Amino acid sequence: MTAKTPLLKVENVGIRFGGLKAVSDVNLELNQGELVGLIGPNGAGKTTFFNLLTGVYVPTEGMISLGSEKLNGLAPYKINQKGISRTFQNIRLFSDLSVLDNVKVAYHSLAKHSIVSSLLRLPSHFSGEKEMEEKAIEFLKIFKLESVMHEQAKNLPYGQQRRLEIARALAANPKLLLLDEPAAGMNPQETEELMNLIALIRERFSLTILLIEHDMLLVMGVCERIYVLDHGQLIAQGNPEQIRNNPKVIEAYLGEEVS
Amino acid sequence: MNLLKKAKGFWGTIVLVVIFSVVTQLLINGGTLNSFYVNTLFSIGINIILAASLHLIIGVTGQFSIGHAGFLAVGAYASAIITMKLGLPFPVAIIAGGAAAAIAGLIIGIPTLRLRGDYLAIATLGFGEIVKIVFLNIDYIGGASGMTVTHLTTWPWLIACVVITIVVIVNFTNSTHGRACISIRENEIAADAMGINTTFYKVMAFIIGAFFAGVAGALHAHNFYIIQPPNFGFLKSFDILILVVIGGLGSMSGAVIAAIALTIISTFLSSYPEVRMVIYSLVLIVMMLFRPQGLMGSKEITSFLKLGKAAKGGVHHDGKNTVA
Ligand SMILES: Nc1ncnc2c1ncn2[C@@H]1O[C@H](COP(=O)(O)OP(=O)(O)OP(=O)(O)O)[C@@H](O)[C@H]1O
Ligand SMILES: [Mg+2]
Repeated sequence: MTAKTPLLKVENVGIRFGGLKAVSDVNLELNQGELVGLIGPNGAGKTTFFNLLTGVYVPTEGMISLGSEKLNGLAPYKINQKGISRTFQNIRLFSDLSVLDNVKVAYHSLAKHSIVSSLLRLPSHFSGEKEMEEKAIEFLKIFKLESVMHEQAKNLPYGQQRRLEIARALAANPKLLLLDEPAAGMNPQETEELMNLIALIRERFSLTILLIEHDMLLVMGVCERIYVLDHGQLIAQGNPEQIRNNPKVIEAYLGEEVS
Repeated sequence: MNLLKKAKGFWGTIVLVVIFSVVTQLLINGGTLNSFYVNTLFSIGINIILAASLHLIIGVTGQFSIGHAGFLAVGAYASAIITMKLGLPFPVAIIAGGAAAAIAGLIIGIPTLRLRGDYLAIATLGFGEIVKIVFLNIDYIGGASGMTVTHLTTWPWLIACVVITIVVIVNFTNSTHGRACISIRENEIAADAMGINTTFYKVMAFIIGAFFAGVAGALHAHNFYIIQPPNFGFLKSFDILILVVIGGLGSMSGAVIAAIALTIISTFLSSYPEVRMVIYSLVLIVMMLFRPQGLMGSKEITSFLKLGKAAKGGVHHDGKNTVA
């Protein structure tokens, strides 16, 4: 066996908005199959870091690569097709579309039928659409959403909307899944169900997951490794035990409580 | 099987349309329908094509384009050149009108579709006015005095174009490609993040919409004997826009019903153009007060007939700039 290359490699990445360095000089590596946490106080730059990984923002410095491919400067849709999929801190579903159609949209880039075949309703249109529908229903079953598949996404209760967003992200068949505070606004029971679900999909799809979470305890419970961001900079990394006892981390979080 | 049922519904509709067309043609030939009714019928057909094509851009894809009369003008003039200057047959003119407008859509679409909301509206409005002014200043096509065009638009051509427009736009919308467009309307950032090439689909919707507006232009030019640039100004764009807004943003059947109803209303009011604008404004105000989602809201007529599933919602504005 050759030395293991990381799935995701982030080198010295940063971005500034005018005078503000929202993220600077971040180095991070994710290996195939890992579940890694990214924590930090409010405004630390966690979401901005996800936006850099997914191409919403183009880094003003540094390199991002997935496997052997460089991602800098690619449009978000291309990055998604290369294998990074995400959820959003503020849920961004296609609200007026049905639950089923939300998932089908994520399959779009895997669809085999062309615009012309759909316009002329050629056999490839019907078989393509049928395949998408069957796959989407399979998916919704895993997420226990098949009973609401014809509901409009906006009519689902909050917890189900969060689950649907994860289902949609996974439907795009990513290698790396980025979850931005998936447990935000959930009660303890919902949170626990969610964590079980994450463990399940990780197993089943042999996924690599990077999880942003505000709640330290929660992250400590599920992640093997944790990165800590504060004021746009990585201040610590390591296993939960190391992070728990890191004075810089304690300070960052204490600082938050005081302010 | 579901597919079979759908296919039956489709062919059933086609058969009904053919029967309707033949009967209407017979009535026209027999003189039962006088020229007033025939003109109204032709206007309805052209307006249905315009409403359906703008519906694809605004209602389905969520791109607030308000210069649709510009594409109508391009189609009208391109087709008139084909028949009047080059002496080619009418079907060639219809296709050329659509193609010219589609090319205009491509050229306008690529830069402007990067803009959002209000800015896109202003840019497309500007496009419509520019087309008008350019045509006013080209002597080859008659400048301000316009072009006289032979009457070639016949009932079968009209019906064929209406049916093709509706079938193409419905087929597009009800496919993974249409869902891609709807996902852009619903949440462009999420669509992008889920692997949808948003620029491609916005431009595609624009091109298809522009193509059919151009087809409507060809039918229009060969129906009214003369075309002049001022007929294709902002007020014309507004007339088309109102069909989509009143029909319910996102509803194809709503746009078609609005096209039929408003054409009939405006025909009866054609001798009082000021009254027409007042009535349009009143209808809009009443609509905003009592039914802001438009006539059909997001529903399609099929969802009332229980033939299809509930359709696809209205236009949303996401006030947020940052992505969280
Ligand atoms: N598009 C932008 N333009 C200017 N500043 C931005 C932009 N996006 C983010 N920022 C700033 O970058 C900083 C980091 O924000 P970010 O949303 O990444 O924090 P976060 O760690 O996700 O916080 P939270 O826990 O509250 O979600 C903030 O100060 C924010 O105001
Ligand atoms: Mg955040």
